[in-house]
Amino acid sequence: MFQVLLDHYPYYLSTALIVIGVWGMLAKHNLMKKVIGMNIFQTAIILLFISSSVKFGATVPTFDPKLGLENTALYVNPLPHVLMLTAIVVMVATNGVAFAILLLIYRRYRTLDEEEILRRMRE
Amino acid sequence: MAQLPAIIPVSLLLSAFVAFLVGTFSRSLVYPITLLGIVTALVTAVMGLIRVLQDGAQHYYFGGWPPPLGIEYVLDHLSGFMTVLVMFIALLSVIYSRRSFLQEVPEKIVPLYSLVLLMLAGLTGIILTGDLFNLYVFLEIASLAAYAIMAIGNDKAPVAVIRYVIMGTIGACFYLLGVGFIYFATGSLNMGDVARILPGIYGSRLIVVAMTFIVIGMALKMALFPLHIWLPDVYTYSPSAVVALIAPIMTKVGAYVLIRMLVSVFLPNYLTSVLPVTLMIGWLAAVGIVAMSIMAIAQKDFRRMLAYSSVAQICYVALGIGLANPFGLIGALLHILNHAFMKGCLFQISGGIRYRAGLWQIPQFAGLGRHMRWTMGAFTVAAISMVGIPPACGFFSKWYLVLGCIDAGNWVFAVVVVASSLLNAVYFFRVLEKVYMVPSNNDSTVTAASDPPGEMLAPILVLASGIIILGVINAVIVTQILEPIVSLAF
Amino acid sequence: MIAKYRDLIVSLACRLMVPFMFLFGFYVTMFGHYGPGGGFQGGTIMASGVILLRLSLGRQATIKKFPLELGHIVGVIGLLIYSATGLISILAGGEYLNYAYLPIPGMSGAERQHLGILFVEIGVALGVFGVLLSIFDSLTKEG
Repeated sequence: MFQVLLDHYPYYLSTALIVIGVWGMLAKHNLMKKVIGMNIFQTAIILLFISSSVKFGATVPTFDPKLGLENTALYVNPLPHVLMLTAIVVMVATNGVAFAILLLIYRRYRTLDEEEILRRMRE
Repeated sequence: MAQLPAIIPVSLLLSAFVAFLVGTFSRSLVYPITLLGIVTALVTAVMGLIRVLQDGAQHYYFGGWPPPLGIEYVLDHLSGFMTVLVMFIALLSVIYSRRSFLQEVPEKIVPLYSLVLLMLAGLTGIILTGDLFNLYVFLEIASLAAYAIMAIGNDKAPVAVIRYVIMGTIGACFYLLGVGFIYFATGSLNMGDVARILPGIYGSRLIVVAMTFIVIGMALKMALFPLHIWLPDVYTYSPSAVVALIAPIMTKVGAYVLIRMLVSVFLPNYLTSVLPVTLMIGWLAAVGIVAMSIMAIAQKDFRRMLAYSSVAQICYVALGIGLANPFGLIGALLHILNHAFMKGCLFQISGGIRYRAGLWQIPQFAGLGRHMRWTMGAFTVAAISMVGIPPACGFFSKWYLVLGCIDAGNWVFAVVVVASSLLNAVYFFRVLEKVYMVPSNNDSTVTAASDPPGEMLAPILVLASGIIILGVINAVIVTQILEPIVSLAF
Repeated sequence: MIAKYRDLIVSLACRLMVPFMFLFGFYVTMFGHYGPGGGFQGGTIMASGVILLRLSLGRQATIKKFPLELGHIVGVIGLLIYSATGLISILAGGEYLNYAYLPIPGMSGAERQHLGILFVEIGVALGVFGVLLSIFDSLTKEG
């Protein structure tokens, strides 16, 4: 069992980060901490994808004249890297929208605590 | 002509950028450019649907790279049907929205219309794409633009939207995890390719987990019963024209993604035999229909009542998907079409009442029927259709759903569908009684109210007459468009 | 946060660093073909140059060179370059973003693909630069 843990340690660590991120989004009361939890969650998913593309003894997927093109086992799988570039862009845009909305909330309610805001909203 | 599947999202994207660029210099040109972009996309979508009905499914390879190397766009009966529906409702909502935006948020017109076009580009991209990761990209484009336009307005909207941001991002990231697991197991991201490879790796646990993540992710986006928490607040506090645009189409595209996964990627015998996901969706939907209809009866705010009613109607669509037989799927697709028209009409009526009289609490609607004749007439048509009385279109989608329940031998679902029509009747006829039967107690806002101006009234009347027309011609729609979709899967 | 930083060393060091940041961002954009890099990365580095200037010198001093609307306009122009490259491919007869159909004389199909990717990367770099700058400007706007 310990051998299984050592073999697949990136996946276990990424899953632990996903769980921490979701816990942060659900359990924390401050809205900024919820957004940080969202960031941790998305970063953990990116880490999971990238750790799946690694091969033993392979190098970065840019063309190296010394290695040539015939043996593709010498280059890491580039497709998850490209997909995760797009996912990072989506993460940045989501952060931008979330911070703008948090600013709107702060300017109106002068607090970022969720229970306080909901109490004031219902009145 | 062969470039049709690409022109639909590209024209909307280009008009979003051009509208923003022109709008920073001259504010009055934004609305004509928006209308031009939407009309171009609608005409292209109709031409695409006609071409699909004549020639069959069209495949389009971006950049000339064939799959599995490149991204593929597929225009078949399902995507053609959904694209025409989304663009038609969008056109009517944008025509409706001009007066409402000028009254509520005049200084933010330029970013508002650019974001509307960006959201529509994202939605059409979701519908047309045949690549799993491309769907995630367009899903996030549409969702981020929707978050932004829903937070404009008064001071309660941002709090509702931040909750939608967090839950929607969880949903999209779960979908991304599911796509990642499919890629790890099959090595391909193209939907047709994955459908070809899947029967060979039948018992793989990765695929089961992938399917679970995708279903939960899209259930969050679609507001299926226990994951619907974000929807009532958002539909209540956002500007009324924005809700009239988003409510008929956003959650339906989430349901479309589930149907696409069911029909094209995980074929139904895989879904029902390996993990009873569709059974679980069906039971959650059945509980959701009853619970949400009861919640809608308890509301005093008109928009909040319509929001809970929207959750109940999307649970009807999920019930049709969960039955996983031909009649159930036809019922689900027909209900997507009918509900877009009915809820579009209802939310536009709610916005019209707010525009003219500034009212949104139901007890204050007393006696409006005498003053806002055409609006309340359209409301009567929409209410009759929501309850399910022929010849309005709502009856026919519920009819197919009941046929599907009987086919699957599931009598509980059939009873739920029929009994919930009674619950719908309770909360709609309550409003009708307040509007027509109760005499107005000389409230000055009610007596001063009249029908909304022509620009806002015309889309309401077009949608209301569309409800009746769709009911009359529903047999044509079912045989020509919906049955070829269902024959792909079963 | 957007007032002039009071220490002389900080503002002088930032003013010295920013041209090199722009140059490095441009380099990363252009060399995306041959090494890690490309449009998004280069655009981010260029935007962080302008943001560093705004943070250290204050808003009043930087508005003359980088006005407040710059982010919006440059961002949209960059995205229009991207979309227009694809649209020219459709108008010239190929699929969207099929760079082999770009009407550039004297090049074979593969070389046109090479050049088309470069155009698209420049468009994306300008777009990302504009978007990040406009996010920063709108978050630090007063009132």
